[in-house]
Amino acid sequence: MAIKSSLRNMVLVLTLVCLGASAAVAVIYSVTKDPIAAAATAKTNKAIEEVVPAFDNNPSEEVLNIAADLQKPDETNKVYVAKKGGEIVGYAIESTTKKGFGGAFSIMVGFTPDGKVYNTSVLSHSETPGLGAKITDKASHFITQWKDKNLTDGSVNISVKKDGGDIDAITASTISSRAFCDAMEIAANVFSNITSENK
Amino acid sequence: MEYLIIIISAVFVNNVVLSQFLGICPFLGVSKKVSTAFGMSLALVLVMGLATLVTYLIQNYVLINTWFGEKMDITFMQTIVFILVIAALVQMVEIILKKINPSLYQALGIFLPLITTNCAVLGASILVVTKEFAAKGVESHMMNLGESVVYSMSLAIGFGIAIILFAGMREQLELSNVPKALKGTPIALITAGLLALAFMGFQGIV
Amino acid sequence: MSKFKYLIDGIVKNNPTFVLVLGMCPTLATTTSAVNGMGMGLATMAVLLCSNMVISLLAPVIPNKVRIPCYIVVIAAFVTVVQLVMQAFTPGLYETLGIFIPLIVVNCIVLGRAEAFANKHSVGESALDGLGIGIGFTLALTCIGLIREILGNLSVFENKFSSSDGMLVFVLAPGAFLVLGYLMVLFNKLKDRKKKA
Repeated sequence: MAIKSSLRNMVLVLTLVCLGASAAVAVIYSVTKDPIAAAATAKTNKAIEEVVPAFDNNPSEEVLNIAADLQKPDETNKVYVAKKGGEIVGYAIESTTKKGFGGAFSIMVGFTPDGKVYNTSVLSHSETPGLGAKITDKASHFITQWKDKNLTDGSVNISVKKDGGDIDAITASTISSRAFCDAMEIAANVFSNITSENK
Repeated sequence: MEYLIIIISAVFVNNVVLSQFLGICPFLGVSKKVSTAFGMSLALVLVMGLATLVTYLIQNYVLINTWFGEKMDITFMQTIVFILVIAALVQMVEIILKKINPSLYQALGIFLPLITTNCAVLGASILVVTKEFAAKGVESHMMNLGESVVYSMSLAIGFGIAIILFAGMREQLELSNVPKALKGTPIALITAGLLALAFMGFQGIV
Repeated sequence: MSKFKYLIDGIVKNNPTFVLVLGMCPTLATTTSAVNGMGMGLATMAVLLCSNMVISLLAPVIPNKVRIPCYIVVIAAFVTVVQLVMQAFTPGLYETLGIFIPLIVVNCIVLGRAEAFANKHSVGESALDGLGIGIGFTLALTCIGLIREILGNLSVFENKFSSSDGMLVFVLAPGAFLVLGYLMVLFNKLKDRKKKA
């Protein structure tokens, strides 16, 4: 049934198969390129919607790049500005920490203009399923306790109670909770830098 | 120091079989005897080190590079390119080994063809170029060439430790009276589960 | 009608997980919940169906000595296609399954069916075989995922039925081995009883 395994045939067939496969993949790549980018934007937009009060502008188009640490101006965080009727109603700040249990994790933190946390949303994480991954549970006390806390006026010590702070950690997930606090602190620093720079 | 953390993390904490579920087929398939398990692991250390070396270079100098004056990122071809490279590499290792060291070839030769479809090889090659390395005390970062190769080889050593321990237990199991419905794969899986439970104890050390 | 035997065979007699014991890596790794298991099963099914059909078409023109590399290229191409499509339309699932989507390439089921079935049968038969094995695999993965989810997280298809914590170990690595092991015991027992009756 199969054709003869001469060198010419083998090289020819293998080359053709590879070419065909690459061409097919390239076509699919160009077709799915836009939907993939759209899916990424949609994810960001959804996270923004979750963490700031209702807005009517497109925050993805009004992005500020602000450093958390003014000594390191190159390491900036993305800040999405949400406006309603031209008035700023909130800032959604993307914050990434490298101190997670399974590596880096990113959250989106929403602040109202007075510096209070409106809401938070986890963008990506690699914490242990069932333990550290509880940081994604939006109804948990760990997530809801942040609401309305003012992180920028020094009234809250942003670390877990075990470390002498004001935040209740998730049971059995101290490292993930610490990492979350770290990300919140970065976001709070970014927020303070916006208000002093771009207001 | 950093290399030590990478090695401990890859061998124990993120054990390739028991916590990342890569290479389960050979883990269950060639673990009936300690001696074959040892041969398989040795061949795997060799192949995974080489494969990561080559795929790392391909990822960073071929798939992401400036071609014809234009910056190109064709990482979507990653899967196809990597598997072909690994398959070719395994063939080459087999041929070279046969020529220069027939006795080693005698020992490892029969395991080499099996390694192409060992998902630990492709898995590790993809992991090291796409995921950041994270451990306690080290800022998570993308690994450089040296770290990648060390990480991959450590993963293979972790595979070796797991499969040799497992083979030892299976040799004992052969002699014991196992209920009929549990004979073969089921009891092997349950044993592996208990071994995985033991390896969970390593979590958090680095 | 007899052609549907190929479909049913794939689901029961040649069930890839419980009978052939192939493709163990994704079976254990991605079944942390029923939805994840099902997603992995469906992705594998899509690759299996396409690669089976294309390979049965190409088989007559592929020289025997290079058939395995050719099959691998065809399979890798379909895997990449599935990967891109999932990234575009089910980004959440794509992220959870992660590395195990590209690893469908080295799933022994796919290459195994190409070598054992597709290159000897017609396109239609190969498609039915791919579909059957794919369904068998998806069912097995969903079932394992469901059990792990119920025991480990007290939820069914991601709907929690109790707010307390489950037996976490079943969602973590050891649970995967244990659940699959005991399911196989059950499968063997049922098969045994059927034989006796």
